[in-house]
Amino acid sequence: MTLTPFLKAMSAVIWKDLAAELRSRELLSAMLVFALLVIFTFNFALELNAQERSNVTAGVLWVTFTFAGTLGLNRSLAVEKDRGCLDGLLLAPVDRTAIYFGKTAANLIFMLVVAAIVLPVYSILYNTNLFLPGLLLVILLGSEGYMAVGTLLSAMSVQTRTRDILLPILLFPVILPALIAAVKASSGFLNAIPMEEIQPWLNLLLVYDVVFTAAAFMVFEFVVEE
Amino acid sequence: MKAIPRALLVVDAAAFLMLVAASVMVFAYAPIERVMGPVQKVFYFHVAAGWVGMLAFFAAVVAGVAYLISKKPIWDLVGVGSIEIGIVFMLINIITGSIWARPIWNTWWTWDPRLTTATIMELVYAAYLMLRSGIDEPERRARFGAVYAIIGFISVPLTFLSIRIFRTIHPVVVGGNDPSVDGSFSMTPAMAQTFAFSLVTFSVLFVSLLWHRIRLGQLAEKVERLKLKLVQ
Repeated sequence: MTLTPFLKAMSAVIWKDLAAELRSRELLSAMLVFALLVIFTFNFALELNAQERSNVTAGVLWVTFTFAGTLGLNRSLAVEKDRGCLDGLLLAPVDRTAIYFGKTAANLIFMLVVAAIVLPVYSILYNTNLFLPGLLLVILLGSEGYMAVGTLLSAMSVQTRTRDILLPILLFPVILPALIAAVKASSGFLNAIPMEEIQPWLNLLLVYDVVFTAAAFMVFEFVVEE
Repeated sequence: MKAIPRALLVVDAAAFLMLVAASVMVFAYAPIERVMGPVQKVFYFHVAAGWVGMLAFFAAVVAGVAYLISKKPIWDLVGVGSIEIGIVFMLINIITGSIWARPIWNTWWTWDPRLTTATIMELVYAAYLMLRSGIDEPERRARFGAVYAIIGFISVPLTFLSIRIFRTIHPVVVGGNDPSVDGSFSMTPAMAQTFAFSLVTFSVLFVSLLWHRIRLGQLAEKVERLKLKLVQ
């Protein structure tokens, strides 16, 4: 495996997903509307007044991303499966892990786009500034870990009888450490807690990303093999 | 299918006798702990059940890797058998822990790393069983099961670590003792012997159960094949 054809195949998969999304706007619009609905639901479920908000903002944000991400993941792989595109992708004479990384990167881009819209909306609705470099870093790291595992597991769940129902059940218990670390680190940055207290969470998030990206990379071939 | 092999009968008998002996040791040989009283006796089987749970989940990872490499159906049976046994023993571990925690911590449940991790593990492996039940084709079921057993197990230490950074109140009896933790104690030799014996007993029990489960799986496969023959 030389690097250039690998990167070429990977960027082709990313480009394909982005182009399809740009023309249909099915996935992103659903994710966005859903994310905003989750925030509104939280607003009434939790009485987000000024004092309590500072404690729960990180949690609300991450639950929103997690749920919207599940929606996106289901759709992203179901489309491939339903229209027989996955077989076409697998027939292509490229390294299959390039397909995995391409799909993961495309899903990651969608999740970051959702975050890029949710953050300013949340900032306006609650009159707080969420554009802190630390928080953005946490969102990037957390989303990467989430999508690395999520893409692998949704590639599995679309091939089962229960499909969409199964994905969150498979994904949430495995993603939990990344979620805990992301919530803790985000809330640390939002409440301006000293860096040495946030550091362990960032480290954990990094370890999670590396370990799970590597593990998913190694087993992905067994998931799509026919 | 041949009759039950003699070695398996020996393991069965050993598991049964050792379980009786371990119960006798727990109730008659090990002394009553001075502070906690009789409820401390739950400890011997509590830790042994947790040990078998971890052993079983680890065995499932080994079986998963072996399956993905060799594609031999026997490894799938080992994997699913281990996980089924692991789920039961982890549940025993959680329930006995609750029984102990009620008088000692004055609550059935706390969000302590070990408790939470054990429960998350139960959820991971419940998801594993649901994944399997959603796939009809045996080869794909085995492949996905192996992948999920590996991915699920990798997340366990990270889950533990992430909750550990919150402070824990669970006593660490074996290795490293913080006396300020509620419910910790040091073992007398009789206690340590009972504890070690319980661990060995439960391990033998695990071998016996897993062996039976693999045979059951092979029988089920055979029935499946015979049914197909009948249809043709």
